Amino acid sequence: MRRIGIWIAAGGLLLSTAACGGGSDGGAGPSTPKTQSLSVGFVAEPANLDFTSTEGAAIPQALLVNVYEGLVKLDQDGRIVPLLAEKWDVSEDRRTYTFTLRKNVTFSSGAAFTADDVVFSLDRVKSDWKLKIKSQLDVVDKVEKKDDSTAVVTLKKPSNGFLYSMATRLGAMFSRTGVSDLANKPVGTGPYVFGSWRRGDSIQLNANTSYWGAKPALSAITLKYFKDATAMNNALLTGGIDVISSVQAPESLQQFADPSRFQTIEGTTNGEVVLSMNNSRPPFNDIKARQAVRHAIDHKALLETAWAGRGQLIGSMAPPTDPWYEDRTGDYPYDPAKAKALLGGRTLNVKMRIPNLPYAVAGAQVVKSQLAQVGITAEIEPLEFPARWLDQVFTKGDYDLSIINHVEPRDMGIFADKSYYFRYDNPEFGKLLASADEGTEQQQIDDLKKAAKLLSDDAAADWLFLFPNLIVAKKGVTGLPKNAIAESFDFTALAKQ
Amino acid sequence: MTLYLIKRLAVLLASTVAAAVAVFAFMALLPGDPAEIALGVNATPEAVAELRARFGTDRAPVVQFLDWFGGLVQGDFGTSYVTSSPIGPQIGDRLGVTAVLVLGGMAVALVIAVPLGTFAAVHHRDPLGVAISAASQIGIAVPAFLAGILLVFVFAVQAQALPSGGYVPISEDPGEWLRGLLLPWASLGLVQGAVLTRYVRTAVLDVMREDYLRTARAKGRGSTGALWRHGLRNASIPVVTVLGLQLATLLVGAVVVERVFVIPGLGDLLLGGVAGRDLLLVQGVVMVLVAAVLLINFVVDVAYHLLDPRLR
Repeated sequence: MRRIGIWIAAGGLLLSTAACGGGSDGGAGPSTPKTQSLSVGFVAEPANLDFTSTEGAAIPQALLVNVYEGLVKLDQDGRIVPLLAEKWDVSEDRRTYTFTLRKNVTFSSGAAFTADDVVFSLDRVKSDWKLKIKSQLDVVDKVEKKDDSTAVVTLKKPSNGFLYSMATRLGAMFSRTGVSDLANKPVGTGPYVFGSWRRGDSIQLNANTSYWGAKPALSAITLKYFKDATAMNNALLTGGIDVISSVQAPESLQQFADPSRFQTIEGTTNGEVVLSMNNSRPPFNDIKARQAVRHAIDHKALLETAWAGRGQLIGSMAPPTDPWYEDRTGDYPYDPAKAKALLGGRTLNVKMRIPNLPYAVAGAQVVKSQLAQVGITAEIEPLEFPARWLDQVFTKGDYDLSIINHVEPRDMGIFADKSYYFRYDNPEFGKLLASADEGTEQQQIDDLKKAAKLLSDDAAADWLFLFPNLIVAKKGVTGLPKNAIAESFDFTALAKQ
Repeated sequence: MTLYLIKRLAVLLASTVAAAVAVFAFMALLPGDPAEIALGVNATPEAVAELRARFGTDRAPVVQFLDWFGGLVQGDFGTSYVTSSPIGPQIGDRLGVTAVLVLGGMAVALVIAVPLGTFAAVHHRDPLGVAISAASQIGIAVPAFLAGILLVFVFAVQAQALPSGGYVPISEDPGEWLRGLLLPWASLGLVQGAVLTRYVRTAVLDVMREDYLRTARAKGRGSTGALWRHGLRNASIPVVTVLGLQLATLLVGAVVVERVFVIPGLGDLLLGGVAGRDLLLVQGVVMVLVAAVLLINFVVDVAYHLLDPRLR
């Protein structure tokens, strides 16, 4: 132990000299105001910067809200709040949305933001976007400019999903003169502007000095990309970065236990870790077999063992930040005897084809041993993710059980598609979803509560737990978004003390 | 000699073409469809089909190969599925980083191996010489990435003396560039140095038993002086050959070490490409690596031929 103490003492000396020499705020002399920058570690690097034609969560994670802004955004509690629109009015028939825009907003190119840009951006979704999610805005009939600061959107039919979609990348506002090179030169209205990109390493965002809202507290943010979780942990331990945006394995948290150096923030995500069951082939085309699985799993013990107790038990396809969330963990309490009774003395042999991701591997082992208690023998087969898992399980549906974290927000609808790999087919469920989208907001909440209950009752799958959002940062970093429930990692409030 | 050179050149070209066929065939065998992976869990069958057509992966394998190989001959590596940008410049950027890593690793290996190997040979009966020999065995058994992880733990995490990873271009900050490369160089160089120490030791031992060295000693030169003047140059011939072979091993070691140290080199590009099934990118990188190895072997063969008159 003594030797380690010496290492740290010597290291501290070196570190302080290094900090003097290697600071990235080279321009900050005694006369200029204090400038500060932070560097945040992420797992996946964007393929390019154009989220209108390239899939991948990494692009909106870096750019949405930070560089591009929408008329509305999702706050930390999952509510839709104003951003570039000061307010909006919904007509009686719920088909017309009138957005009143903020004045004095400019794009980073200097161009003013007006209702013309709203029309341009929303029309562009239909005409130029290449992503599959653009169909979410198919419900839009027309977008019109009433005056410079008023835009009117008319829908084909009432839709609660519309406003929510407007809070995602689909609602991002582009400049009419700023879309010539989206892959490399994003132009938005956000608190930060794109600075530079060192491919394979990092992206730098600089503060937007002419931002319409509260000026960012930092002069620059570096998004640093790590393909290896250990390398990212080491970077925080050695001062290479200031924040780990999402800790990949909870075991690694103990390295950051020293409160005089680090802080750990635990919040929620939209990620339901689902134990998927193939509803279309034996044995899990039989509801009793699926129910037996749900009764056989001790979710509390599973969470403790597989994910160090971090996360939350949910019981159906809705996270607590959705307005229609209900605690459904009581639907199938842990009851091995009942599970055995449901199987009626049968024993089952099933294939559990899982992605080779830490949570899936850890969860699968617990699931396997718990299922064994009731007479279900599950053979675990880890598949390389994404390539082989997508091919075999997701596309071909060749599996009995699988485990995957469904990270998309408000994604209960995937159960309505009977060709989706769950192969769940219940027309009643689809009807509930349709009426939820067209009804009032209260109707939506009521219907989706019913839909979540139906999924749970049908044992369409089992919900192991809600994936936690674990952030570790150096002490003194403030304004970190606790919950990861929107598409972006919101830097707006980020600061350093 | 000219005939030999022509023959050897023909072999080089033939093996490059054979390698291209093999690389393409292996990629075709790899499970997973690039279009499915690009679209992820939101994909519809129509979107996948459309993307396949855009990638050109819906064509017959032979057509795809000829298209790719035809481009290669003209120096065109194609366009990446994932980033939709040309692959050639990407490989070019990364190749420079990997080259610096490999050459630095080689330098570290030489600095370690030549003095230690010679010392171990001269003192092969002393405890210290035996100890060096034994220690090098351990070095051989340690893979470069493990050495990297251990070095990071000791020098970056515990001592906080060096960065745990990352790469700063030399044009931005030469000091940080050097600091960032010290540990990667060490982890590649330590392992290769251990291997090389064994070869140096054997080569020097062989030379020490030669008659001309005994003669030199008999003529009054001290044993160290004799070795310096007559021994080391001769001992270096087999060592240089091994060095050429090791360059290939280092290139492979660099692929893994880059991941440990978050260095944006060819290996990093390759592993990312494999995970995303960016097949054209992977094919391009592997072809560059294969061509580099074939070229190194070619140069070593020719150089050997020039140096050793017995082979002519």
